Amino acid sequence: MKRLPLLLLSGLVVAAMAACGGKKPETTVAPAQPNADSLAEIERQRADSAARADREAKEREEAERDRQRRIADSLAAIGKSTEAVRTLLATMIHFDYDKALIRGGDAGVLDQKVAILQANPALRIRISGHCDERGSDEYNLALGNRRATAAKQYVVSHGIDGGRIETVSYGEERPLASGHDEDAWAQNRRDEFEILSGGESLKQP
Amino acid sequence: MTAVWRSGGLAVGVSAALLTAGPPDHLTAQDTSAIGRGVRIGIIYRPGVRPGMVVLPVHAPALDSMRTIMSRDLDYSDRFELITLPGGDSIRVTTAAPGARPSAAGGTGRGTGGGGAAAATTLNYPLYQALGADFAVAVMPAPGDTTIVTVHDVAAGGVRRELRARLPALKDPGFRLVVHQLADRVLEAALGVGGTAATRVLFVMDGKVYTIDQDGADQRLVSSSDHQAMSPAWAADGRRFAYMEFWQGHGRLFIQEVASGKRAPVATTGQALDFTPAFSPDGKTLAFSRATEEGTDLYTVNIKDGCCLQRLTVGRFYDNLSPTYSPDGQRIAFVSTRAGLPQIYAMAADGTDQQLFAPFDYGATGSSNAPEWSPDGQTVAFHRDVGGTLQVFVLDVRTRAVRQLTSVGRNEDPTWAPDSRHMAFVSDRSGYRQLWIIDVETGRIRPLLQKSGARLPAWSPRLPETASSTP
Repeated sequence: MKRLPLLLLSGLVVAAMAACGGKKPETTVAPAQPNADSLAEIERQRADSAARADREAKEREEAERDRQRRIADSLAAIGKSTEAVRTLLATMIHFDYDKALIRGGDAGVLDQKVAILQANPALRIRISGHCDERGSDEYNLALGNRRATAAKQYVVSHGIDGGRIETVSYGEERPLASGHDEDAWAQNRRDEFEILSGGESLKQP
Repeated sequence: MTAVWRSGGLAVGVSAALLTAGPPDHLTAQDTSAIGRGVRIGIIYRPGVRPGMVVLPVHAPALDSMRTIMSRDLDYSDRFELITLPGGDSIRVTTAAPGARPSAAGGTGRGTGGGGAAAATTLNYPLYQALGADFAVAVMPAPGDTTIVTVHDVAAGGVRRELRARLPALKDPGFRLVVHQLADRVLEAALGVGGTAATRVLFVMDGKVYTIDQDGADQRLVSSSDHQAMSPAWAADGRRFAYMEFWQGHGRLFIQEVASGKRAPVATTGQALDFTPAFSPDGKTLAFSRATEEGTDLYTVNIKDGCCLQRLTVGRFYDNLSPTYSPDGQRIAFVSTRAGLPQIYAMAADGTDQQLFAPFDYGATGSSNAPEWSPDGQTVAFHRDVGGTLQVFVLDVRTRAVRQLTSVGRNEDPTWAPDSRHMAFVSDRSGYRQLWIIDVETGRIRPLLQKSGARLPAWSPRLPETASSTP
């Protein structure tokens, strides 16, 4: 037991020596100083000009890289904006049980969609209405239809051409949450918004 | 001998005394002296007592399967007390030749009756009568691939009817249907009423349409596409059915042939959300619901010529859906939200004369949905929200009285059997939603399919002989 620290210590020493040995090749040998004669002077000027050319080339490269980076950045910015607008557009709205009335809090969500549709005239969307599992399966198709239509009517009443918006109902056939409690039901009573066309690049409103 | 059994739900039945021999504990109430000496008509009060039926064992593989299926069909008709022979099914029954001494458990006799049909003309009737049987059914092979089913009237001591059928091979997909049809013929021979054995139930599970025999066997996939399907509905001839599929935001209706599995989209639909199809009884018209931005309304289309879309309802601020024809084709019951919550209404088949059908208390009665007119025209089944859960109700068409049929768990989407007495529905009474069958008269309930997620059942009419369900 007493020999263990000693062994560890000797091990460290060996490791340290190995580390020193590894560094040795890095130490550079000083170059031989040229003689101060004319030949040497010419040689030095030539070297200087070569170095200058090198430097200029490097600067040009850097400028080009800069330019490329700026283009990439601005492209990314456009992409980010499209992505952000898409996310905004896909924000769902939710409904009370067996109701198709737009809730007060969801009017703002729909206002955003109105603004996005105004800023992107080529954009066409589809609104799908969904229900929770509590109602009748077939009645829920009619209820989901009313939910999708309610959102469309809101958007159209704010100046968007109705031809740009399709509606569809999936009733309770495509639940988002699979639970059988109020939490799941509340998530499933919803309108979803998807892009039909014109969504390749979207402008922020 | 034209008397007809009035059994089960009818407390008072008029019947020939010859047919009244019941289980032994009722023998004291009967006058058996009339046997063999003609017909006596009387009124016999036998609440809840059904005639006894024994299906004699048979010892041939295909015929034993047939006997098992047929016994179950007769049991599921809820019109007989099925009697198990002492010693169970392992005993061998001798069908005695005329004059021979009958033996119910003889070890030497062959149940298949070596002498063919002639040997089946008599049974040890007093023995079966003592066991409580009013009827005995014997299955026997005959020359060729014919099978003979003999219905014995035990009380009268004679053969009621001899039925012959060509039985397909056991592995043949048509085997079960032929057996079911024989079971219905046995019921008809014994009691003079139509059965429901040769029927199937369409239903939806995981977005696909399936059929299953009414006894819970032979489940088959019948919809062939990957599109999510809903609302299967039979044509009255049992040869076609309609259903809806989601197609990129639209609801499209299809009509599919049972035998070939071929299907075709219904003309003039497909550009909107069309759902809940219903055949008119003559099979020429399909009624359905169409959801547009104006709401949901009922339409009909001529499916024979693929034309003539006609709008039946105009509900600008409310929905009309789920049509169901009366069996005479004159009226359509449907769901409407015109008074707020969905309730059951009716109208003439051309859309005129719309009126409330199932009465309700405004503000108190819950949503009512999924109506289906019974094949006898006398009732409309539907489901109604009772305290937040759905229950099956029956509306009496003549009196407009509404009766609640279920109370355990959530029960929905009732569909009538062709006898207007049995009904399939969806219930979660077992813990998960599955298909059940209830006998409305006795209240007896049995599971049809013990698989979670089966829903939207549609019970077929009596299926035609040639119907094959090969997908």
